[in-house]
Amino acid sequence: MLGEQMIKGMAVTAKNFFGSYVSKERLTTVQYPEERLVPKENTRQFPFLVYDTDDAEKGLRCVACQICEKECPPQCIYIVKSKDKKADYKGQMQFYPAVFDIDISVCMSCQICVEVCPFESIKMNTDFELSNDNRFGGLLISKQQLAKPNAHYRQIHPHEAAESDAVIAGEKAKAEAKAKAAAEAAEAAKAKAAAAPAPVAAPVGAPAAAPAAPVAVVAPTAPAPTTPPATN
Amino acid sequence: MADKIHQIIETFKQMCLVDKIDQLFVMLKQLVLACVPEALHPLVSGMLSVVLVLSVFPGVFAIITVIERKGLGRIQNRYGPNRVGIPFTKIRLCGFGQFIPDGIKSLTKEDIVPYAADKIVHYLAPVVMLIPVLLSYAVLPFGKNMTVADFDAGLLFFFAVGGAVELSVFMAGWSSHNKYSLLGASRAIAQMISYEIPLILSAVTVVMVVGSLKLVDIVAHQNVYSYGIAHWFVFTPWGLVGCILFFIASLAESNRCPFDLPEAESELIAGYFTEYSGFKFALFFLAEYLGMFAIIGLGVTLFLGGWTSPVSFLTWIPSYLWFMGKVIAIVFVFIWIRGTLPRLRMDQLMNLAWKFMLPLALINVVVAGIWHFMGQLGHEQLRWLVCAVIIFGSYVVLGRGLMRHQKLGKRTYRFAE
Repeated sequence: MLGEQMIKGMAVTAKNFFGSYVSKERLTTVQYPEERLVPKENTRQFPFLVYDTDDAEKGLRCVACQICEKECPPQCIYIVKSKDKKADYKGQMQFYPAVFDIDISVCMSCQICVEVCPFESIKMNTDFELSNDNRFGGLLISKQQLAKPNAHYRQIHPHEAAESDAVIAGEKAKAEAKAKAAAEAAEAAKAKAAAAPAPVAAPVGAPAAAPAAPVAVVAPTAPAPTTPPATN
Repeated sequence: MADKIHQIIETFKQMCLVDKIDQLFVMLKQLVLACVPEALHPLVSGMLSVVLVLSVFPGVFAIITVIERKGLGRIQNRYGPNRVGIPFTKIRLCGFGQFIPDGIKSLTKEDIVPYAADKIVHYLAPVVMLIPVLLSYAVLPFGKNMTVADFDAGLLFFFAVGGAVELSVFMAGWSSHNKYSLLGASRAIAQMISYEIPLILSAVTVVMVVGSLKLVDIVAHQNVYSYGIAHWFVFTPWGLVGCILFFIASLAESNRCPFDLPEAESELIAGYFTEYSGFKFALFFLAEYLGMFAIIGLGVTLFLGGWTSPVSFLTWIPSYLWFMGKVIAIVFVFIWIRGTLPRLRMDQLMNLAWKFMLPLALINVVVAGIWHFMGQLGHEQLRWLVCAVIIFGSYVVLGRGLMRHQKLGKRTYRFAE
């Protein structure tokens, strides 16, 4: 009969109307400044610089290699490399970025800087409340503002941070192993030199090692020229 | 003058408490009138009533806009506006302060007049819209002894004044020099004229039974109780049909969903007031809502007993509260319908008006006559059955006709050569 469906529809809207007062699940609106959703783990907004230990200046992983600056598609990164080297927290002498600015009004959050960084030093932050009433300087984020401790990274992206930590740990282990091997080799050489100080033995050993070395070097680098066209 | 005031206070003192609250405004007005010379009485009396109407109904409009947005939000499982409360404090009042910034916004916005517009007509249209709407409040009985101008032909006056709204709609549409405005205006004219006929025909039944066009008489006729229940016209078969027809037609007259073709946002931007901004737009908006309240007020007066209470033990509630309560309740139903039904197509709109509502309204006129004469002949119970059968039968038949699947041929286009 005429009007039947109309009444059914009215019942549906009435149910929605009263239901929205009764059950909170119906209301999907998040009333933002007071209520917030926990950001998804893969959220990314703008990059930040990771530092280890408590000292933001000394512990900064960035060594001002400027790869990210070169790779950045919208060119929002500005780096001035230091003239001198300073000891980092590990005590190694490193270059450091005298200036490291990111213009987040230009940044498109593509994450390419993160992908290309060989030092695990630039990562994506999740902070999105960056509005500022200073039109020109306010969105240019300086090194001091960009530097965040590794603990912050672990907090916002736990899985990624674990991977990154593993990479650093692996590199550290490799470096230690290398150092150890080098030390052992040096010791062995020293011992050898001490055992047989004959001047004839050295020229014989050198030509024997020389042909072997190029072969060993070529083997891993041989596929290298063919891979870049494949990735393009 | 002093004895007059004394006399009024004496009569007020003699009333019981219920009457005192009920007649408070009437007595206050008489008190003011006693203080002015006799010659100025009509003017002062009119001014006082107009000031009351002009302060109460726009206030109701302001609150209703917020309630409408909140209600539609809840129907769609949203919160609706819930931020603005009292300015400069942190009190939010569930967002009921929203109308203040809305009003300030529309008052301070730039008033744009299109270059090609007919400037004078464009300027006059919102004014011409608002004035008849406000005039139509003159005849409505808001409470016991509370009518601005109690005309003998009050109902006729209401419809006559309401006819001017169509004029202003077309003025707005034509003068804007915009295709959307003109389309909206022509749709509005077609719709308003079509729905005015069932609107008036459904009101005619009440006039037939009461025998008067005076709205105060119509209310007085319904202010009778048997078994504790009021004799509202909606409790009779013809009155129920008349009430529903009046309700649908008033939805169309006030351009509300599902009859909002004249201002269909998805098709015509805003219809006839596309080219209006700032305060002129606010006037259109105000006139539309005030027109809606007025026509609901008339419907309440005709079928829902005006300011009377539905049951005799609730008569202690002041009459003006009953009237406003009923009007606001019907406005809620309007909002509920707006949140539910989709917009009609133009042919559906016309079919509903001419093929369903008009025949049913005509049958209803006959039924009201049968009801009246059978009552005179003493068939008190039999007339219920006869009238109900006629109305239900015609509803089913007409409804079938309306719902019959139309066989539409392939559409052909002829382009200009």
